[in-house]
Amino acid sequence: MYYIDLAVTGISIGCMYAVMSVGLTLVYGLLRILHVAHAAVFALGAYVTVLVADASGSIALGFLASIAVTPLFGMAIYRLLYEPLLKYRPDVPMIASVGLLVLMQDAFRIVFGEQGVTFHRNAFSFTTFNFAGITVSAIQIAIVVTAVVVFTGLHLFTTRTRIGVGWRATVSKPQIAASFGVDPIKVRYLNFAIGSALAAVAGGQVALLNNLVDPTIGFVVSYKALAIIVLGGLGSVRGTLVASLVLGLVESYGTIFVGAWLDRDAIAFLALILLLMIRPQGFTGAGTA
Amino acid sequence: MSAYEVSIISIVGINVILAVSLNMISGFCGQVSLGHGAFFGAGAYAAALAMVATASVPLALVAALVTGSLLGIIVGFASLRVRSDFLAVTTIGVNFLFTGFVRKQAWLGGEMGISGIPPTGLGAAGNMIMILLFAAATIAFSFYVSRSWMGFAFRAVGEDEGAAATLGINAGAYKLAAFGIGTALAGLAGGLYTFFTQFITADAFDFIFSVMLMAMVVIGGIGSTSGVVFAAIGLTLLPEAIRFVNNYRLLVYGGLLVLVIRLAPGGFAAIARSLVIRVRGT
Repeated sequence: MYYIDLAVTGISIGCMYAVMSVGLTLVYGLLRILHVAHAAVFALGAYVTVLVADASGSIALGFLASIAVTPLFGMAIYRLLYEPLLKYRPDVPMIASVGLLVLMQDAFRIVFGEQGVTFHRNAFSFTTFNFAGITVSAIQIAIVVTAVVVFTGLHLFTTRTRIGVGWRATVSKPQIAASFGVDPIKVRYLNFAIGSALAAVAGGQVALLNNLVDPTIGFVVSYKALAIIVLGGLGSVRGTLVASLVLGLVESYGTIFVGAWLDRDAIAFLALILLLMIRPQGFTGAGTA
Repeated sequence: MSAYEVSIISIVGINVILAVSLNMISGFCGQVSLGHGAFFGAGAYAAALAMVATASVPLALVAALVTGSLLGIIVGFASLRVRSDFLAVTTIGVNFLFTGFVRKQAWLGGEMGISGIPPTGLGAAGNMIMILLFAAATIAFSFYVSRSWMGFAFRAVGEDEGAAATLGINAGAYKLAAFGIGTALAGLAGGLYTFFTQFITADAFDFIFSVMLMAMVVIGGIGSTSGVVFAAIGLTLLPEAIRFVNNYRLLVYGGLLVLVIRLAPGGFAAIARSLVIRVRGT
């Protein structure tokens, strides 16, 4: 039973990683930038969710508010930081992105305090279900359902709608897409908006899961997300989902097998480094490193 | 000189060595490393173990230098495999792996770190003078490398690997050399840090510290030894001089990093250079 409990934890954490990292994958696929500051968007989403939920008494309203606010923040990052830096080597916007994340993290600490903020009422995290001896919390179910909805939705959006098809066309052949009347700049904004909203959802769910948002919430997750998108084959949404689930499970079981000599958070990086050395092109072979 | 001043000057000296050595890797040779703290830490731990075992200062320094450099050359092999931004990700990974590994090792003191490291016998002021001598030597070495054939080859590789290869420059060998030299100096700085504090924990070598070192290099002017030295001194003293900066250190470092990249990618060295040109009227 213990092993099944670990699997439940691993899958739910993996689903959270997937929703969190997909924004990073989308940005990389379109602009070839490693958007480290995505973690600041994630953290902002978590803060907005908690603060609005506490002020209004409704967790749903908290999520809605964070989905409304974070896309603006993500688009502002693109417009003010990345767009002017696109002409440089790819490590230049990446270092700027790291700088922005460090800055935002300290800003969250200054504005909301070192101790972080918590939900006043969070019935969610204490509700658990029992399936034949396996305990599953409501929030874990919500995380998995969210991931399924998000990935199905993204799939339908990019295959069934005109905007989605234009988006995909811009990612693979920007010039040809532009000559068919797809505005590449609008696609970039759309990209940052969707990725940021999804990061906010993941942020809110982590806030519910831990019943706490502190300034370091985005920190380790952000670098793990980098590992995930590299493992997932860079720019591949499906690869991101697979890599996230694998990482969630490996971390979950890893804590009992290698926890004695390696920190849980270091496992992702061990996998990342090994993979980059053996297969610089990632699991699926799509894209190049 | 008060004990406070001695300790501040010692930290400045250590940070100068770290920033100048990172500049050799990232500035001269164009290989962005966001894990310099790991090599610094490897040197510090090697020196700590050597001091506890033998109490010999030269032996500890050699251990620090060799450990930093060995780890650096291993990581340097990554630079042969992956593109610039992925090298940056790999080095971030190395930094997290280093702290994650050290925290779990009983023989490295785990979370508690290593304490009770024997003193060098030089006293605080003696240590400070030793640190400053090494810092001066590092700066001189950096100027020397920058003007040597090796410095030329580093810049050629950093600018355009393909073009460097057509000139007969073995890009891979020079990248490894840059990593080997830069991380040896970081290891040395780690040894000096161990002498200075006599107590080390993994937290001192975390990723945030690596970002602060990169901030010094970028703000000073990536590739410019004098710019980086001034930035290292300035950014180390700033939090001591201004209370506000001390409380909001990361906000200031991160903010400056973003502003400099966005508005003056050449850093303060480029600003100073253009001012000189304007004053001379050429």
